[in-house]
Amino acid sequence: MSGISKDVAQPASGRPMVRAEGVHKSFGTAHILKGIDLEVNPREVFCLIGPSGSGKSTFLRCINHLEKISAGRLWVDGSLVGYRQSGDKLYELKEKEVATQRRDIGMVFQRFNLFPHMTALENVMEAPVQVKGESKAVARERAGRLLSRVGLGDRTGHYPAQLSGGQQQRVAIARALAMEPKLMLFDEPTSALDPELVGEVLDVMRSLAEDGMTMIVVTHEMGFAREVGDSLVFMDDGVVVEAGHPREVLTNPQHDRTKSFLSKVL
Amino acid sequence: MTDIVDKVPTPSVPPEQIKAIPVRHYGRWVAGAVVIAILVLIGIAFSNADINYGIIPDYITDGTILSGAWHTLYISVLAMVLGLVLGVILAVMRMSSNPVTSTVAWFYVWFFRGTPVLVQLLIWYNIALVFPVLNLGFYKDEMNQVMTPFLAALLGLGLNEAAYMSEIVRAGIQSVDEGQTEASHALGMTQGKTLRRVILPQAMRVIVPPTGNEYINMLKTSSLAYVVQFNELIKRAQDISSTSLAVVEMYFVASIWYLMLTSVFSIGQYYLERRYARGSSRSLPPTPLQRLRKNLRQFGSFRRPEVAR
Repeated sequence: MSGISKDVAQPASGRPMVRAEGVHKSFGTAHILKGIDLEVNPREVFCLIGPSGSGKSTFLRCINHLEKISAGRLWVDGSLVGYRQSGDKLYELKEKEVATQRRDIGMVFQRFNLFPHMTALENVMEAPVQVKGESKAVARERAGRLLSRVGLGDRTGHYPAQLSGGQQQRVAIARALAMEPKLMLFDEPTSALDPELVGEVLDVMRSLAEDGMTMIVVTHEMGFAREVGDSLVFMDDGVVVEAGHPREVLTNPQHDRTKSFLSKVL
Repeated sequence: MTDIVDKVPTPSVPPEQIKAIPVRHYGRWVAGAVVIAILVLIGIAFSNADINYGIIPDYITDGTILSGAWHTLYISVLAMVLGLVLGVILAVMRMSSNPVTSTVAWFYVWFFRGTPVLVQLLIWYNIALVFPVLNLGFYKDEMNQVMTPFLAALLGLGLNEAAYMSEIVRAGIQSVDEGQTEASHALGMTQGKTLRRVILPQAMRVIVPPTGNEYINMLKTSSLAYVVQFNELIKRAQDISSTSLAVVEMYFVASIWYLMLTSVFSIGQYYLERRYARGSSRSLPPTPLQRLRKNLRQFGSFRRPEVAR
């Protein structure tokens, strides 16, 4: 067990960090998720792979309620995402309650989505100050520490447009960590990067995994999944086709669909 | 050859510059001549007109005109502020998922944009026909006492402007990438926080240029407030011309003031746009002032070694 950094919140022990039961999602007539069942344990690095359009990003976005699920149940750290159950009735959560749930779930996007009108430091300070009501001094101190941790201690005053893609994505990771989340979602974090910048982002994610952060990673980086991942799920057409330890699934896939996908990407 | 070593101490000989005969732009000379001819003809026509140009400079700084210019300035600023605040509220209402608020905003824009501002001013001024008494519970008065020329002008111009501003603000908000909202929500920010901290600051880049345009428009539209007896420039110019009989001359005086005011605000707009361009480009081009200072510095550093010698 490696040392747990101050930035990684201690997960509640025992229950899974994320549990999905028969999760469905439709956009109009398009049925994207067709019954997803899975569990992500605390401190686990959980990789989601699959062809584009297979629903893996949609599922990730359901976990912090950026998308509403159409059927099934989804829990994060024991509480229903976006709803409150009382008896057998389900109540939609108010906007503020949803926002409170999201505080504990960090998300990193494919397109970084940094705030372009703020410097790197201000990007990282924004949520702790605005959402948690933290003092600026405390937030600034932590933001500086987090930026140093992702190797950008000398770039705090830069605006996103003045940073490379890899640097921007590392700022985005620091921004998510500033809320001290108990779960981190990565939505294809390296897909928009030049090949030579992928490594620096994966290095940060690897160190985060070593610190015991629970991570769900949608990725096409099979090397990362094999080295860092604890479990791997192959999704296709809205269902989980195959799940298991990354090394087993990647080296010895059981399903034809998995085999044909892996033969193209490996 | 020891060319490379030799080059360092000897003063470098500049390469022979190309001396080519540039392309002749005869069209430009013709066009320039035509423009000058037209300007001269217009100038002659105006100078032969029955207009007493001599009195115009005297009236530019006339007390009545100055007070009119001041009234024009402050009513347009206040009406613009009212329009801006109300415009942001209307834009947010219009984009709300609540069907009541979005419909209300739609009707507001439909009505205030669809009727002449002159009529709106007159209706506010004569609102006592509809509500003879203003009763706010804690405050009660005859409407005719409350609805001064100032208030009628402010409401007429400001509420009309709000309709236009709401469309400008809406376009600005919609220009901001969807990913910005998602990132804010994922960090636990509420809709209101997201709007104030993330969306509006970025929307400003799209909102500011047309807003400057709207303000310059407002400076001139405020002249319509003369119909509600508000003492702005045109009203004051007419007051003078009714006694001095210098009608056209006074309109010239007023126009010179409008030109001066709009010129000053065009400069202000330039600097405001730069402020909201922060982060959108790697480095901003220098302002005219910065360019001037840089040139002066270069001039200074060019001279200084000579002084030192």
